[in-house]
Amino acid sequence: MNEYTYPILFGILVGTAMRVYMLRTDYRQYPTYLHGKIIHLSLGFIAASLGTIAIPSIMEKEFTAVTFLTLAASQFREVRNMERNTLTEMDAFELVPRGNTYIEGIAVAFESRNYLVIFTSFIVTLCYLAVNLWVAIGAAIVAFIMCTFWMSGSKLSDIVTVEESTLSFDGAGLYVDNIYIMNIGLPERQEEILKYGMGFILTPKSFSVRSTIANLGQRQAILHDVSVSLGVFRDSGTPALVPLIKRDLNDGRIGVFILPQLQDPLRAKEVISAVPVLENAIQMPSKKID
Amino acid sequence: MKMEKAILAAVTTKTNKVAGSAAVFTCETKEEMEAVAANLEAILDGIAHALSDHLYIIVKH
Repeated sequence: MNEYTYPILFGILVGTAMRVYMLRTDYRQYPTYLHGKIIHLSLGFIAASLGTIAIPSIMEKEFTAVTFLTLAASQFREVRNMERNTLTEMDAFELVPRGNTYIEGIAVAFESRNYLVIFTSFIVTLCYLAVNLWVAIGAAIVAFIMCTFWMSGSKLSDIVTVEESTLSFDGAGLYVDNIYIMNIGLPERQEEILKYGMGFILTPKSFSVRSTIANLGQRQAILHDVSVSLGVFRDSGTPALVPLIKRDLNDGRIGVFILPQLQDPLRAKEVISAVPVLENAIQMPSKKID
Repeated sequence: MKMEKAILAAVTTKTNKVAGSAAVFTCETKEEMEAVAANLEAILDGIAHALSDHLYIIVKH
Protein backbone atom coordinates (compact mmCIF):
# COMPACT_ATOMS: atom_id res chain seq x y z
CA MET A 1 0.00 0.00 0.00
CA ASN A 2 1.26 3.44 -0.86
CA GLU A 3 -0.24 6.87 -1.59
CA TYR A 4 -1.27 5.77 -5.07
CA THR A 5 -3.20 2.63 -4.11
CA TYR A 6 -6.60 4.19 -3.51
CA PRO A 7 -6.48 6.62 -6.46
CA ILE A 8 -5.50 3.75 -8.76
CA LEU A 9 -8.24 1.48 -7.43
CA PHE A 10 -10.77 4.28 -7.71
CA GLY A 11 -9.72 5.11 -11.28
CA ILE A 12 -9.93 1.48 -12.38
CA LEU A 13 -13.29 1.04 -10.67
CA VAL A 14 -14.81 4.10 -12.33
CA GLY A 15 -13.37 3.17 -15.75
CA THR A 16 -14.66 -0.39 -15.59
CA ALA A 17 -18.05 0.79 -14.35
CA MET A 18 -18.14 3.15 -17.32
CA ARG A 19 -17.53 0.24 -19.71
CA VAL A 20 -20.30 -1.80 -18.05
CA TYR A 21 -22.62 1.18 -18.40
CA MET A 22 -21.83 1.52 -22.11
CA LEU A 23 -22.22 -2.21 -22.75
CA ARG A 24 -25.96 -2.47 -22.86
CA THR A 25 -27.74 -5.03 -25.00
CA ASP A 26 -30.73 -3.67 -26.85
CA TYR A 27 -32.65 -4.37 -30.05
CA ARG A 28 -29.39 -4.34 -31.96
CA GLN A 29 -28.91 -7.70 -30.25
CA TYR A 30 -25.23 -7.29 -29.78
CA PRO A 31 -23.36 -8.53 -27.86
CA THR A 32 -25.75 -11.14 -26.55
CA TYR A 33 -23.14 -13.77 -25.79
CA LEU A 34 -21.94 -13.89 -22.23
CA HIS A 35 -18.45 -14.55 -23.53
CA GLY A 36 -18.65 -11.57 -25.86
CA LYS A 37 -19.49 -9.41 -22.88
CA ILE A 38 -16.60 -10.82 -20.89
CA ILE A 39 -14.20 -9.94 -23.72
CA HIS A 40 -15.36 -6.33 -23.67
CA LEU A 41 -15.39 -6.07 -19.89
CA SER A 42 -11.83 -7.41 -19.73
CA LEU A 43 -10.69 -4.94 -22.36
CA GLY A 44 -12.52 -2.20 -20.49
CA PHE A 45 -10.65 -3.16 -17.33
CA ILE A 46 -7.34 -3.04 -19.20
CA ALA A 47 -8.25 0.34 -20.68
CA ALA A 48 -9.18 1.66 -17.24
CA SER A 49 -5.88 0.42 -15.81
CA LEU A 50 -3.88 2.10 -18.55
CA GLY A 51 -5.67 5.42 -18.13
CA THR A 52 -5.27 5.31 -14.37
CA ILE A 53 -1.62 4.33 -14.22
CA ALA A 54 -0.57 7.14 -16.55
CA ILE A 55 -1.06 9.71 -13.76
CA PRO A 56 1.15 8.16 -11.03
CA SER A 57 3.76 7.47 -13.74
CA ILE A 58 3.90 11.15 -14.66
CA MET A 59 4.01 12.13 -10.99
CA GLU A 60 6.96 9.81 -10.45
CA LYS A 61 8.66 11.38 -13.48
CA GLU A 62 8.50 8.06 -15.34
CA PHE A 63 7.58 9.74 -18.60
CA THR A 64 8.41 6.75 -20.77
CA ALA A 65 5.53 4.88 -19.12
CA VAL A 66 3.14 7.07 -21.07
CA THR A 67 4.26 5.37 -24.28
CA PHE A 68 2.15 2.46 -23.03
CA LEU A 69 -0.84 4.44 -24.22
CA THR A 70 0.32 4.09 -27.81
CA LEU A 71 0.41 0.35 -27.28
CA ALA A 72 -3.14 0.58 -26.02
CA ALA A 73 -4.18 2.41 -29.17
CA SER A 74 -2.94 -0.38 -31.41
CA GLN A 75 -4.57 -2.99 -29.17
CA PHE A 76 -7.94 -1.33 -29.32
CA ARG A 77 -7.69 -0.97 -33.06
CA GLU A 78 -7.65 -4.75 -33.02
CA VAL A 79 -10.96 -4.63 -31.18
CA ARG A 80 -12.44 -2.81 -34.12
CA ASN A 81 -11.13 -5.45 -36.53
CA MET A 82 -12.43 -8.23 -34.32
CA GLU A 83 -15.93 -6.74 -34.17
CA ARG A 84 -15.94 -6.03 -37.88
CA ASN A 85 -14.94 -9.59 -38.75
CA THR A 86 -17.41 -11.22 -36.38
CA LEU A 87 -20.33 -9.09 -37.50
CA THR A 88 -19.50 -9.48 -41.20
CA GLU A 89 -19.37 -13.25 -40.80
CA MET A 90 -22.70 -13.29 -39.00
CA ASP A 91 -24.32 -10.87 -41.42
CA ALA A 92 -24.46 -13.50 -44.17
CA PHE A 93 -26.95 -15.46 -42.06
CA GLU A 94 -29.35 -12.63 -41.35
CA LEU A 95 -32.64 -12.62 -43.26
CA VAL A 96 -32.17 -8.88 -43.70
CA PRO A 97 -28.45 -8.08 -43.33
CA ARG A 98 -27.11 -5.11 -41.40
CA GLY A 99 -24.87 -4.00 -44.24
CA ASN A 100 -21.23 -2.99 -44.07
CA THR A 101 -21.84 0.66 -43.17
CA TYR A 102 -23.81 -0.27 -40.07
CA ILE A 103 -21.20 -2.87 -39.07
CA GLU A 104 -18.40 -0.34 -39.48
CA GLY A 105 -20.32 2.08 -37.26
CA ILE A 106 -20.73 -0.55 -34.53
CA ALA A 107 -17.05 -1.55 -34.76
CA VAL A 108 -15.91 2.07 -34.47
CA ALA A 109 -18.17 2.54 -31.44
CA PHE A 110 -16.58 -0.46 -29.73
CA GLU A 111 -13.09 0.94 -30.29
CA SER A 112 -13.92 4.47 -29.23
CA ARG A 113 -15.66 3.37 -26.04
CA ASN A 114 -12.39 1.92 -24.82
CA TYR A 115 -10.75 5.32 -25.36
CA LEU A 116 -13.58 6.96 -23.44
CA VAL A 117 -12.80 4.58 -20.59
CA ILE A 118 -9.10 5.57 -20.74
CA PHE A 119 -9.97 9.28 -20.63
CA THR A 120 -12.42 8.80 -17.76
CA SER A 121 -9.93 6.87 -15.64
CA PHE A 122 -7.21 9.38 -16.48
CA ILE A 123 -9.29 12.39 -15.43
CA VAL A 124 -10.73 10.74 -12.33
CA THR A 125 -7.32 9.62 -11.05
CA LEU A 126 -5.86 13.05 -11.80
CA CYS A 127 -8.63 14.70 -9.78
CA TYR A 128 -8.14 12.26 -6.91
CA LEU A 129 -4.38 12.81 -6.74
CA ALA A 130 -4.35 16.54 -7.49
CA VAL A 131 -7.34 17.50 -5.32
CA ASN A 132 -9.25 14.90 -3.32
CA LEU A 133 -11.73 12.02 -3.44
CA TRP A 134 -14.83 14.23 -3.57
CA VAL A 135 -13.64 16.11 -6.63
CA ALA A 136 -12.83 12.75 -8.22
CA ILE A 137 -16.37 11.52 -7.54
CA GLY A 138 -17.69 14.74 -9.07
CA ALA A 139 -15.49 14.21 -12.14
CA ALA A 140 -16.77 10.62 -12.45
CA ILE A 141 -20.38 11.81 -12.42
CA VAL A 142 -19.64 14.46 -15.04
CA ALA A 143 -17.89 11.82 -17.18
CA PHE A 144 -20.94 9.53 -16.99
CA ILE A 145 -23.27 12.35 -18.00
CA MET A 146 -21.03 13.34 -20.92
CA CYS A 147 -20.76 9.75 -22.11
CA THR A 148 -24.53 9.34 -22.04
CA PHE A 149 -24.79 12.49 -24.11
CA TRP A 150 -22.12 11.48 -26.61
CA MET A 151 -23.04 7.82 -26.84
CA SER A 152 -26.25 8.37 -28.75
CA GLY A 153 -25.98 10.05 -32.12
CA SER A 154 -28.85 11.60 -34.03
CA LYS A 155 -31.90 9.67 -35.12
CA LEU A 156 -33.59 9.53 -38.49
CA SER A 157 -36.52 11.60 -37.22
CA ASP A 158 -34.06 14.50 -36.80
CA ILE A 159 -33.37 14.66 -40.53
CA VAL A 160 -36.47 13.32 -42.29
CA THR A 161 -40.24 13.25 -41.92
CA VAL A 162 -41.73 9.76 -41.98
CA GLU A 163 -45.15 9.22 -43.51
CA GLU A 164 -47.06 6.05 -44.18
CA SER A 165 -47.91 5.53 -47.81
CA THR A 166 -49.84 3.11 -49.97
CA LEU A 167 -48.47 0.14 -51.89
CA SER A 168 -49.74 -0.37 -55.41
CA PHE A 169 -49.02 -2.38 -58.52
CA ASP A 170 -48.88 -0.97 -62.00
CA GLY A 171 -48.77 -4.16 -64.04
CA ALA A 172 -45.90 -6.07 -62.45
CA GLY A 173 -44.23 -2.96 -61.02
CA LEU A 174 -44.53 -2.41 -57.27
CA TYR A 175 -44.78 1.23 -56.19
CA VAL A 176 -44.67 3.02 -52.84
CA ASP A 177 -46.52 6.25 -53.56
CA ASN A 178 -44.97 7.09 -56.95
CA ILE A 179 -41.57 5.51 -56.26
CA TYR A 180 -40.84 2.35 -58.23
CA ILE A 181 -39.58 -0.48 -56.02
CA MET A 182 -39.32 -3.67 -58.05
CA ASN A 183 -40.91 -5.97 -60.60
CA ILE A 184 -42.97 -8.78 -59.05
CA GLY A 185 -44.23 -11.15 -61.72
CA LEU A 186 -46.37 -13.74 -59.97
CA PRO A 187 -49.93 -12.72 -58.98
CA GLU A 188 -49.60 -14.93 -55.90
CA ARG A 189 -46.58 -12.90 -54.68
CA GLN A 190 -48.33 -9.65 -55.50
CA GLU A 191 -51.23 -10.65 -53.25
CA GLU A 192 -48.85 -11.54 -50.43
CA ILE A 193 -47.08 -8.23 -50.80
CA LEU A 194 -50.29 -6.22 -50.73
CA LYS A 195 -51.44 -8.22 -47.69
CA TYR A 196 -48.28 -8.12 -45.60
CA GLY A 197 -46.34 -5.20 -47.04
CA MET A 198 -46.21 -1.64 -45.78
CA GLY A 199 -44.90 1.46 -47.45
CA PHE A 200 -43.36 4.59 -45.97
CA ILE A 201 -42.09 7.77 -47.57
CA LEU A 202 -39.13 9.54 -45.98
CA THR A 203 -38.88 13.17 -46.99
CA PRO A 204 -35.58 14.94 -46.27
CA LYS A 205 -35.93 18.04 -44.10
CA SER A 206 -33.08 19.86 -45.83
CA PHE A 207 -30.96 19.64 -48.95
CA SER A 208 -27.89 18.46 -47.02
CA VAL A 209 -29.47 15.26 -45.77
CA ARG A 210 -30.51 14.06 -49.20
CA SER A 211 -27.22 12.31 -49.77
CA THR A 212 -27.27 10.87 -46.23
CA ILE A 213 -30.53 9.04 -46.70
CA ALA A 214 -29.57 8.11 -50.23
CA ASN A 215 -26.56 6.21 -48.85
CA LEU A 216 -27.08 2.51 -49.50
CA GLY A 217 -25.66 1.58 -46.09
CA GLN A 218 -28.08 3.92 -44.33
CA ARG A 219 -30.97 2.43 -46.27
CA GLN A 220 -29.92 -1.11 -45.37
CA ALA A 221 -29.71 -0.07 -41.70
CA ILE A 222 -33.33 1.11 -41.83
CA LEU A 223 -34.46 -2.21 -43.31
CA HIS A 224 -32.45 -4.21 -40.78
CA ASP A 225 -33.73 -2.30 -37.76
CA VAL A 226 -37.35 -2.55 -38.90
CA SER A 227 -36.98 -6.28 -39.56
CA VAL A 228 -35.41 -6.88 -36.16
CA SER A 229 -38.05 -4.91 -34.29
CA LEU A 230 -41.17 -5.99 -36.15
CA GLY A 231 -40.16 -9.33 -37.64
CA VAL A 232 -40.00 -10.01 -41.35
CA PHE A 233 -42.34 -11.95 -43.63
CA ARG A 234 -39.58 -13.76 -45.42
CA ASP A 235 -37.57 -16.98 -45.55
CA SER A 236 -34.60 -18.33 -47.42
CA GLY A 237 -35.78 -19.42 -50.86
CA THR A 238 -38.29 -16.58 -51.18
CA PRO A 239 -36.12 -13.89 -52.72
CA ALA A 240 -39.17 -12.06 -54.09
CA LEU A 241 -40.24 -11.18 -50.55
CA VAL A 242 -37.46 -8.75 -49.82
CA PRO A 243 -37.80 -5.40 -48.07
CA LEU A 244 -36.35 -2.66 -50.27
CA ILE A 245 -35.76 1.08 -50.35
CA LYS A 246 -35.67 3.08 -53.54
CA ARG A 247 -35.17 6.72 -54.21
CA ASP A 248 -37.16 9.34 -56.05
CA LEU A 249 -34.55 10.96 -58.26
CA ASN A 250 -36.55 14.15 -58.66
CA ASP A 251 -36.73 15.28 -55.06
CA GLY A 252 -34.53 12.90 -53.01
CA ARG A 253 -37.40 11.29 -51.09
CA ILE A 254 -36.97 7.61 -50.39
CA GLY A 255 -39.69 4.97 -50.52
CA VAL A 256 -39.40 2.27 -47.88
CA PHE A 257 -41.08 -1.05 -48.62
CA ILE A 258 -41.14 -3.43 -45.66
CA LEU A 259 -42.76 -6.77 -44.88
CA PRO A 260 -43.26 -6.75 -41.10
CA GLN A 261 -44.80 -9.66 -39.26
CA LEU A 262 -46.27 -7.27 -36.73
CA GLN A 263 -48.82 -5.33 -38.74
CA ASP A 264 -48.70 -2.11 -36.80
CA PRO A 265 -48.05 1.00 -38.93
CA LEU A 266 -47.64 3.31 -35.93
CA ARG A 267 -45.02 1.06 -34.36
CA ALA A 268 -43.24 0.76 -37.72
CA LYS A 269 -43.19 4.54 -38.03
CA GLU A 270 -41.69 4.82 -34.54
CA VAL A 271 -39.02 2.26 -35.37
CA ILE A 272 -38.06 4.00 -38.62
CA SER A 273 -37.90 7.35 -36.81
CA ALA A 274 -35.56 5.88 -34.20
CA VAL A 275 -33.07 4.36 -36.65
CA PRO A 276 -29.63 5.85 -35.93
CA VAL A 277 -28.13 8.13 -38.56
CA LEU A 278 -24.93 6.28 -39.45
CA GLU A 279 -21.83 8.39 -39.05
CA ASN A 280 -20.38 6.95 -42.23
CA ALA A 281 -23.41 8.09 -44.18
CA ILE A 282 -23.36 11.69 -42.97
CA GLN A 283 -22.30 14.21 -45.56
CA MET A 284 -22.33 17.95 -45.33
CA PRO A 285 -22.47 19.35 -48.83
CA SER A 286 -23.46 22.80 -47.60
CA LYS A 287 -20.48 23.18 -45.28
CA LYS A 288 -17.15 24.44 -46.49
CA ILE A 289 -13.95 25.77 -45.01
CA ASP A 290 -13.23 29.28 -46.17
CA MET B 1 -15.56 -11.45 -63.12
CA LYS B 2 -18.44 -12.00 -60.76
CA MET B 3 -21.88 -11.86 -62.32
CA GLU B 4 -24.29 -10.12 -59.98
CA LYS B 5 -27.47 -10.82 -61.88
CA ALA B 6 -28.28 -13.55 -64.33
CA ILE B 7 -31.35 -14.79 -66.17
CA LEU B 8 -31.73 -18.37 -65.02
CA ALA B 9 -34.75 -19.28 -67.10
CA ALA B 10 -37.49 -17.83 -69.27
CA VAL B 11 -41.11 -18.99 -69.17
CA THR B 12 -43.33 -18.02 -72.06
CA THR B 13 -46.45 -18.83 -74.00
CA LYS B 14 -44.99 -17.37 -77.19
CA THR B 15 -41.80 -19.17 -78.15
CA ASN B 16 -40.97 -16.71 -80.91
CA LYS B 17 -40.51 -13.97 -78.28
CA VAL B 18 -37.50 -15.61 -76.59
CA ALA B 19 -34.15 -16.80 -77.83
CA GLY B 20 -30.68 -17.25 -76.44
CA SER B 21 -28.77 -19.36 -74.00
CA ALA B 22 -31.11 -19.37 -70.99
CA ALA B 23 -33.43 -22.32 -70.42
CA VAL B 24 -36.78 -21.59 -72.07
CA PHE B 25 -39.99 -23.23 -70.86
CA THR B 26 -42.92 -23.05 -73.24
CA CYS B 27 -46.40 -23.20 -71.75
CA GLU B 28 -49.87 -23.53 -73.23
CA THR B 29 -51.79 -21.11 -71.04
CA LYS B 30 -51.12 -18.12 -68.80
CA GLU B 31 -52.09 -20.15 -65.70
CA GLU B 32 -49.62 -22.87 -66.57
CA MET B 33 -46.95 -20.23 -67.14
CA GLU B 34 -47.59 -18.75 -63.69
CA ALA B 35 -47.45 -22.16 -62.04
CA VAL B 36 -44.19 -23.04 -63.78
CA ALA B 37 -42.69 -19.65 -62.90
CA ALA B 38 -43.72 -20.04 -59.25
CA ASN B 39 -42.08 -23.45 -59.08
CA LEU B 40 -38.92 -22.28 -60.79
CA GLU B 41 -38.74 -19.29 -58.46
CA ALA B 42 -38.71 -21.60 -55.44
CA ILE B 43 -36.33 -24.12 -57.00
CA LEU B 44 -33.79 -21.70 -58.41
CA ASP B 45 -33.94 -19.19 -55.56
CA GLY B 46 -34.55 -16.40 -58.06
CA ILE B 47 -37.30 -13.86 -58.57
CA ALA B 48 -39.96 -14.22 -61.27
CA HIS B 49 -40.23 -10.93 -63.13
CA ALA B 50 -42.95 -10.27 -65.69
CA LEU B 51 -41.75 -8.61 -68.87
CA SER B 52 -45.13 -8.90 -70.56
CA ASP B 53 -48.30 -10.96 -70.26
CA HIS B 54 -46.60 -13.71 -72.22
CA LEU B 55 -43.12 -13.73 -70.78
CA TYR B 56 -41.62 -14.29 -67.32
CA ILE B 57 -37.94 -14.42 -66.55
CA ILE B 58 -36.39 -15.94 -63.43
CA VAL B 59 -33.53 -13.73 -62.30
CA LYS B 60 -30.88 -14.46 -59.70
CA HIS B 61 -30.17 -11.28 -57.72
